[in-house]
Amino acid sequence: MYTERVIAEFTNPENVGEMADADGVGEVGSPTCGDIMKIYLKVEGDRIADVRFQTFGCAAAIASSSMATRMIRGMTLAEAWSLSNGDVVESLGGLPPAKVHCSVLASDAIRAAINDWRTRQGLPPWDAGSRGCCGEAEPENG
Amino acid sequence: MNDQADRPVYMDHAATTFMKPEVLAAMAPYFSQYFGNPSSLYRFSGEPRKGVDAARRQVAAALGANPEEIYFCAGGSEADNWAIKGVALANRKRGDHIITSAIEHHAVLHTCEWLKRQGFLVTYLPVDEFGRVDPGSVEEAITDRTTLVSVMTANNEIGTIQPVAEIGRVAHDHGALFHTDAVQAVGAVPIDVDAMNIDLLSLSGHKFYGPKGTGALYVRRGTRLENLVHGGGQERGRRAGTENVPGIVGLGRAIELATADIEGHNRRIAAMRDRLIRGVLGSIPDARLNGHPTERLANNANFSFRYVEGESILLLLDAQGICASTGSACSSGSLEPSHVLLATGLSHEEAHGSLRLTLGDANTEDDVDYVLSVLPDVIGRLRRISPLTPPGAGVREVD
Repeated sequence: MYTERVIAEFTNPENVGEMADADGVGEVGSPTCGDIMKIYLKVEGDRIADVRFQTFGCAAAIASSSMATRMIRGMTLAEAWSLSNGDVVESLGGLPPAKVHCSVLASDAIRAAINDWRTRQGLPPWDAGSRGCCGEAEPENG
Repeated sequence: MNDQADRPVYMDHAATTFMKPEVLAAMAPYFSQYFGNPSSLYRFSGEPRKGVDAARRQVAAALGANPEEIYFCAGGSEADNWAIKGVALANRKRGDHIITSAIEHHAVLHTCEWLKRQGFLVTYLPVDEFGRVDPGSVEEAITDRTTLVSVMTANNEIGTIQPVAEIGRVAHDHGALFHTDAVQAVGAVPIDVDAMNIDLLSLSGHKFYGPKGTGALYVRRGTRLENLVHGGGQERGRRAGTENVPGIVGLGRAIELATADIEGHNRRIAAMRDRLIRGVLGSIPDARLNGHPTERLANNANFSFRYVEGESILLLLDAQGICASTGSACSSGSLEPSHVLLATGLSHEEAHGSLRLTLGDANTEDDVDYVLSVLPDVIGRLRRISPLTPPGAGVREVD
């Protein structure tokens, strides 16, 4: 069902844990859906200096969180904002169709964290579009 | 990785069982040696015919039924479909109401949904926190339009055993037929169709160490039931098609073995199950046992672990060579977790965090020890990742 890349990322996830002094925090999903993703960002200048995640969910959700956080480390906020769920899916070597929403959750959580940082800086939040939980949203691709 | 990962610790016997060597041996001659069509008249077809007849007697004996009340088919889902559609359609002039429970297998629930689309009325009885149907609720739901009550003998997810004899009596008191899906119960719950007021009963060979693709429907003599497959005269014209002779022979041998000593089998399996349950609840905080504390299948342990999700548990166990199952939506591709767990009142989060371990004949005390050595760490790892985990709610230190 899962690619080896997904299983490897799931069994040995990176960037796990809470970040007490985060500059931006984003949380999406709900226990009802069976997926909650929380992303913590440390921002220096306009770059992501450090990133951590906490995820309640299936292997695809945990693998997507780990992969997405690895991808955005060192990116500018604008670059991280434009990371699509399709980029995450591609880096994971694919996800089963029923699991693509987990990757959407990862990109949503990153955008929520970026907007939290922007709000804390007194900047207007970027338009994240309307995406729901439980895969209600149309994934961009993948 | 443990050395036992080389040999999978299979604890998913509610999903399917291995086939016993005795069953395979009984089936073997019927593939190439006794391959004749049982319907043919020549003597060469005598052996396959005798094989099917003997299997019918074996199934009947296991249920306290007569051989002519046993109809072979291709499995539990087919038997459920046949029983429910067959009774509903054959008795439509008498009534259009069916009563079932909220925790039935999808083979029953989706069949009832189909009948609803054909204009039938369906009542879904609720269950208590342990997954039990109250026979009193059948009494309240039943009307003079009710033709069928269908409640499973034992639940496949949480193992809860239903008071089928009482439910069957209520059905009969009101002139309705009583069907029970006994797919998980055969070999674990002693069955007597007369004493338990059962008119129709579904069973499946691969749940009790028999071959996949085999099943049977018990139909009490005189029951009005539509035929399932139209064609030749097989199964007294009710389910046409050349018999799966090796499968039927295997089913017969398997049910004979499975019901030879139910009590002794249950004693051995339940001792392992109880040690498993005590061990899990004793070593993992914020865990609960789902299902009934005592009225449950001897082989079934179903837990919910707060703050974590079942598919993740399953895959980490798989990496350690343990085969298990979950009621989490994430394992099924749907978004709703187990309807059974939700019906017992669990929250979505608790249902997502469920794990089913079902023991079987090949399991040993070593297997239980192995699971108990692996599971706390698996839950602990996932809880360290989860944002829901409150501080300190990891895993108790065990020595």
